Formats: sequence, C-alpha cells, structure tokens
Amino acid sequence: MQIIKQDTNIDFLGKRRIMAILSIVLVVVGLVSLFVRGLNFGIEFTGGTLVEVEYDQPVSIADTRATLVAAEFGDAVVQYFGTSRDIAIRLPVREDADSAQISSEVLSALRAPDNEVLVEGAGGRVQRCSRDGSVVDCRVQMRRIEFIGPQFGKELAEDGGLALLAALFMILLYVAFRFEWKFAIGAVVALAHDVLIALGVFSLLQLEFNQSVLAALLAVIGYSLNDTIVVFDRIRENFRKMRKGSTFEIMNKSINQTLRRTLLTSLTTLLVLLALFFLGGEVIHGFATALIIGVLVGTYSSIFVASPVVLGLGISRDDMMPVKKEGVDQESLLP
Amino acid sequence: MLNRYPLWKYVIIAAIVVPGFLYALPNLFGEDPGVQVAGTRTVTVDTATLERMENALSAEGMSWTTASLELGNARLRFKDTDTQLKARDVLQRELGDNYTVALTLLPSTPGWLGSLGAAPMYLGLDLRGGVHFLMQVDTAAALKRAEERYEADLRSTLREERVRYLTVKRVPDRGIEIKLRDAAERDNGRTVIERELPALALDEFERDGKPYLMATIRQQELEQIKKFALEQNMTALRNRVDELGVAEPVVQQQGDQRIVVQLPGVQDTAEAKRILGRVATLEILMVDEEHDLQSAISQSPPPGSKLFRYRRGGQILLKDRVVYSGDNIVDAAAGFDSRTGGPVVHITLDSRGATINQRITGENIGKRMAVVYIELKSEVKRDAQGNPVLDDQGEVVRTTRRIEEVITAPVIRDQLGKRFQIEGLDDVNEARDLSLLLRAGALAAPIQIIEERTVGPSLGKDNIEQGMRSVIIGFVLVLVFMVVYYRMFGAVACVALSLNLVLIVAALSLFQATLTLPGVAGIVLTVGMAVDANVLIFERIREELRNGNSPQASIHVGYDKAFGTILDANVTTLIAALVLLGIGSGPVKGFAVTLSIGIATSMFTAIWVTRGIVNLMYGGRRLKELTI
Repeated sequence: MQIIKQDTNIDFLGKRRIMAILSIVLVVVGLVSLFVRGLNFGIEFTGGTLVEVEYDQPVSIADTRATLVAAEFGDAVVQYFGTSRDIAIRLPVREDADSAQISSEVLSALRAPDNEVLVEGAGGRVQRCSRDGSVVDCRVQMRRIEFIGPQFGKELAEDGGLALLAALFMILLYVAFRFEWKFAIGAVVALAHDVLIALGVFSLLQLEFNQSVLAALLAVIGYSLNDTIVVFDRIRENFRKMRKGSTFEIMNKSINQTLRRTLLTSLTTLLVLLALFFLGGEVIHGFATALIIGVLVGTYSSIFVASPVVLGLGISRDDMMPVKKEGVDQESLLP
Repeated sequence: MLNRYPLWKYVIIAAIVVPGFLYALPNLFGEDPGVQVAGTRTVTVDTATLERMENALSAEGMSWTTASLELGNARLRFKDTDTQLKARDVLQRELGDNYTVALTLLPSTPGWLGSLGAAPMYLGLDLRGGVHFLMQVDTAAALKRAEERYEADLRSTLREERVRYLTVKRVPDRGIEIKLRDAAERDNGRTVIERELPALALDEFERDGKPYLMATIRQQELEQIKKFALEQNMTALRNRVDELGVAEPVVQQQGDQRIVVQLPGVQDTAEAKRILGRVATLEILMVDEEHDLQSAISQSPPPGSKLFRYRRGGQILLKDRVVYSGDNIVDAAAGFDSRTGGPVVHITLDSRGATINQRITGENIGKRMAVVYIELKSEVKRDAQGNPVLDDQGEVVRTTRRIEEVITAPVIRDQLGKRFQIEGLDDVNEARDLSLLLRAGALAAPIQIIEERTVGPSLGKDNIEQGMRSVIIGFVLVLVFMVVYYRMFGAVACVALSLNLVLIVAALSLFQATLTLPGVAGIVLTVGMAVDANVLIFERIREELRNGNSPQASIHVGYDKAFGTILDANVTTLIAALVLLGIGSGPVKGFAVTLSIGIATSMFTAIWVTRGIVNLMYGGRRLKELTI
C-alpha cells in the first residue's frame, strides 16, 4: 500500500522564506505569550498542595468550599475533575513550617461533616472510616495527594531548565561530531523552534505545566531530532553520491526521498499518543498533549526549519567529503 | 546475492530472546494476598515463630496456601483477601506488639522461575498506591548546634588551661571569635586549642589593637557533622517505619541531605507523618545494683528505682535519676579498640557532660551505667471494637505513650571524662547500631517533609488499567497500520515490535527498576517510535526495488544503508533520555528509564531480529518479487 506517491518532487526549500516567516510568527507569538501570560505552572514547580478526592455521590463545589472555609482553608481552589463526584483542591504554599500537614488537615476537614474518621492503616482497596460507632467505606475517598515545598519546587524548576539546556548542548556536540557544525546548528535551531512553539501553546492555552510536561518536552527534543537526523543523513549521502546538481537541488531531493518515512513515523507515533491522550488518564493527559504538539511541530521543523538553516549557513559539497571512508567503524555492527 | 545469517547470529538472537521471555514470564502470574511478619527491634522471626503463626491460624480453623521464611520475614499466602484480613488480625493478636504484621501482595511466581532470579516488575507507588515522602535534613541547624557546642567547649578549655581570654563569641556564618588579653596569650591559646580541639581551624587578626583568634570548624569535620545528621535521621526513620506495619518500606538516602521514605499501601498519611516526625532523646541513668532485679519484677521496684526494658529483651532495674542526657553527647562513632582490636564505640561529651561524667564515674567505678532511648509515641485511642474514640468536639482522642528502652548498660572501668569508649560488643554491626542510636540524642538535626506524593488505592488501580489499555490500544493500532502498509514485511515488524515489548518488560523485571505511570507512557512512546527503524529499512528496500535492483540485493542494501541512519537517530534520542535520567527527578525518571531501555531493545529487535526473520523467509532462494 502507498499513501504518498512514489517519487515526490516538492520544492520544499523554495518555500523556505514563507515558511521562515510562519515559523518566526509562531515563535514570536509564543514568546510574547510566555512573557505576558507566562506558564501556568503546576504545584510541582510553584510549591503547594493538591488533594484529589472522590465522593460516593455527586457534590457541589460550593459545599466543599464552604466546608474548607469553615476549616480555615479560605485560600483553597476547588474544582471538579472528571465527574461531579471527583474534587480537586489546590492550596498555595504557606509560610509556616508545617505546610506538609495541610493535606492531612484538608482530608480530615472534608470528612468532618459526616463524622467520619479514617481507620484502616495499610492495605485494602477501599479506605474505611468509622462513622457513628460502625466501620464503613469512607464517603470521601482520597485519590491523590501531592505536596511540594516551595524551595523544592524552585529547585525542580531549575533542574528542569538545566536538563533542557544540557540536552540541547549535548545533542549539538553529538551532531557536530557525527556530521558537521553547520548541521549541528541547523538541528539545534529546529529543536529550539519546536520547544519554544510547544511552550507557547502551553502558555497561550494556559495548560498546566508540570514535570510530566517537561519530560515530554525532552522527549520532543529526542523525537524531532530523530526526524532531522534522518534527513541530514540522506543529504550527506546524496552529496557524496550525486556528482551533479546544486546544493539546493540535492537537499530538496533528500527531503523528498525521506518524506514518506518522516510522515509515516510521525503517523505511528501520533497513533500511540492519541491512545495515551484519550485513555491514559488525567495524570498522563498533559504529557500526551505536549508530545502531540511536539511531534506535529517536530515533523514540520525537520522539513522546513533544519535544512533551510543548514542551507543558509552555506553548506557545500566540500564540507561533506569524508576524510576516511564513512562507516568503516560500523562494519562489525552491520546486520 | 543471497541473504543468509550464519548460525552464530541466530544463536545470539536466541540467547537474548529466550531469557527475555523467561524473565518477562513472572509478570503473567499475578499476585496473591498475603501477610508478612517481621520482627521489630527485640525479636527475630524464625521457624519457631512460623510454627506459632501456623498453630494460631489452625486454631481459628483458617487455611493458607504457602508459608515461608525469606530474609528474616515470615510470609503467608491466602486464597482471598477476606482470609488475609482475618489472618492479619489473628496474627497480630497472637504475636503482640513486638512484631509487625503487614498486609501485602506476594507474587505467585512459580518456584523454578524464582530460582532463576526472575520476579515480576516492581510497581511504583503511583501504580499500587502508597505514600512517598522526600525529607530534608536541616543540616544548617546541626551545624549551628555544633558551633554552639564548640563555643562552650572553647570557654571551658581555655579556662581549664588558664589562658586569659576576654570574650568568646559565636558570629553567625563566620565562626567563633576569641578576644585575648595580649599577643602572648594568643599564642598560648592557639597551642591549647590546636591540641584540645583539633577540629577547629584558627585565624589570627587584630581589631582596635586587641589580638583575636577566629575559630572555624574544619571542612572535614563539617562534612562529618552533616553525614552524621543524615545517618542518625535514617536510623530513626527506619525504626519508626517498622511501627507502621508496611510490608516493603523504603528508607533511602538521596543526595547528601535528603531521605526518601516510601510506604506502599499506607493510606493514613496523617498518622505516617506523625510517627515519622517523632523526636527521640537519650538519657543516662545509673543501674540500681543494691536491689534484686527478680524481686523488683515479682513485687514492685524499690522507691527511687524503676524497671526498664532492654532493647534486646529482658529487664533491668535503674535508679530513677537522670545523670545527663543525650544532648551532652557530641559524637558517637563505631571503631576498634587500639589494644584488643575488638569493636568499640567511641563517645565524646560536651564540657558539661564531661564534668558530670568525671564526677559520677569517679564515684562509681565497677558499677554500671545505662543509656536509655526515649521516644514519645502518640496513638489514637480505640474502643473495644477497634474504632477511634471521639471527644465532644468530634476530634480523635490521642494518648501519648513514652517508650523507653535501655540500649546498653556497660560497667564503668575507670574514671572517665570527655572521651571514652564502650567495649564488649559482639561485632562491628552491633558497634555501628549502637553508635547510631547514641547519636540520636546528640545530633538530632530537624527534618522536614519537602515533597509528598500519595496515591490512594483506587487511583493506583485506575492508573494500572488505563496504562495497560493505552499500551494495548496503541500497540494494536501500530500493528494494524504496519501490516496494512507493508504486508509481509509489516508482519515481520510486528513480530519484532511484540518482542520489543517482551524485552522491555524482561529488562524492567530483571533490574527490578521501578515501573511508574510515566514509565508506562515511555513504553507507549517507544512502541510508536520503535517502528521507525523498520519504516526506514522498508522504505529503503522499496526505493532499491524501484531503482531496478533484485529483491535479494534490495533487502541487503536496504538494511545496510538504513543502519547508520538508525544508529544516529537512536543515539540522539538516547542522549535526551539519559539527560532526563541524570537530572530529572521522581516522575520524570520513571519515563526516562523505560525510554532508554526501549531505545536499546528496539534497536535489537527492529534491526537484527527482523533481518533474521527476513533471511529465514526469503534468504536462500531466488525471488521474483517482494510483498512490501
């Protein structure tokens, strides 16, 4: 079966100016949004407390809020997640030393109106409470608690930023070592482009930015690079093989030759990502969103950003002539 | 051209694939509800305990499927959770407070697999439910206390050595400032301090014409203080975690001032925090040797004395007057006696402790001195049915119990002062344990929870189900696509992809790496990306066919040319994954682990395994065309 016809001959590089404008607009819009609206950081980066509970029947947010206000948690943000039985409560960091206790206090406050007290210590599939002298399943089931101290949150954010930069830098080194510095710059520009646009989307839509999303961005770097490398590899090969043809033509040809692979792999990756997006549950949702954006942008950038940058840097056939025969060191690994 | 693999290549493939299946296998067997019994400080679990447990259950007419002793724990399996819960209660009643009886899930791996070291994957807390704490040891507080101690020590040392100083003052963040009468006294003081307090580094300076010394704690000593603060907290946390009745608790150092505590299955986080946050102290008392222990046990202890429990079992009669407390202990370190070579614990006291010690030991040579470990344990008051008792306001009533244990009671051989040692220990381990306990009172640096991640059992179950579902659906979608698009070659890729999943599971099981939900996402992503290698190869083969090459040559060249590209593409992804592994924390790490493993295994399956199959299918014969 063929989805894309055998020999495409699309003038990708000819459209590089228009595409450059498109990319710049996207990146600039993203950057402006990042500066103006910022990212909607999750508590992993800001510090704070998240308590998710499930009631045995639908509850109103107002009631839950009133209960919390009565227990002096006036700063709580109460939301549904999923159904109207599932409640998520977010609390900002408090200055007092005992902020780690907040989650436990919130839980007992939620159980107080029903006179319920947790009894089961460990094990079991359902939390059991004592109510009016007998032990029953708790009306309020704790689903998840997350607490991050403010200092630790800051540290996680710094480590995350550092990880992004370190990954970009190491990739730059590897590509420069395996190919040539012009390719390395092309690859890193494409990656920065992808990351900035993905960040921009998260900022524009004010989607929660947490550690999973950060991990997804790093995976995007790996993925998008994968695409770019495949194209570069073909460019290198064609430079050595095709004796005639300008740099422009050779690069265009290479992009066309790898086009089907680029699109097919993006397609299979998107297939599994959609499965994660729809079926993976709330914890994975942000992660899948970031990767879907990343794969789409990454596919685009490996065609319309990476190669034009390399072309713009003035790559020529001379840059590509091997000092020794390429692949000699790989001979023993060949299948 | 004929595509044939030599036999040894198939042997290598088999040598990876067969163990892969073997180690992935335990994950198919599921888990049985079980109960795990562990001894706490004073008791150990042995065959006699196991027998006792079995008798108690038999007496209640209950049955179990297997009973075994593993790593000092007794493990019983039951056919359902009802029996498990009932058995837990029966056993807790039978064994009493000295044992922890915990509910757990025991993998039902068949014996022959278990003997190969195969075990199911280790599920993270987000998949099985439980509490995760990251605790930070306040080393700054420990350092401040150390400086305060040195400040007092400097004063008393200088006084004892008759060095005429004017002031000794701690300057926060800088050190301890000593103002002296004149330059001659400064030299004098310097010699004394260098001899008596070698852990201090000294600098000279002048201010307003007066000579000063600035004492700072040496780097090596600082590191030591930090290390001790961490170790001591780890010991205390381990002791307390035992009380929570958790089957597989984790207390682990992370970095140089953090401790990870993981309590699978725990749901009452408030109780967990209370127990972990408890403060321990030490007191030193004299042993009452005038009165008879037996009569004190059978009747009542004489006035002024009190019965105490020994940590390792048994009782001892102590005089009920605190000689000095753990606050006065500066350091306790396990080591060896310089003469006999036997294990000892070296103890250093601060100046107040040293003065008292000198007087008391001088008066009591030949008698015994006891070190008592004290913790305040707060418990929920429960009625006869085991339900918590509530007060008028609906709050839970708590009772506080003082837990006192004698950790050692050595004989005083000599008049002791600032430094002394405890001898007569069984082995190095005992010396180490004792030194850690002795430090409990001394260097107790405050500890703080900086991260909590608790997942309730229902969410854990949902996470497993959703994770599994997305792996399966994603997997099936990719398989269908590959078969439709590449037909026979697609089917070969599907075999490779399935094998890839098996190998990822096998690697996770073999290394017992923790599988988390982001880890599952990593596996899903790997499934999507692993076919990339095959897409590259197959597209190349098609291209070669189009260029008019023979099918056999196309296969050969296709694999050949795609290899370099695949290698480059995967190495770069691996770089990103390894950066994640190195810098990321918590959820990010779980993702990085499966992604890295997935990249490695997918290279193997997508290149070598598919080539092996293709060679078997098409290799030895002439082909007119390929179904690709």
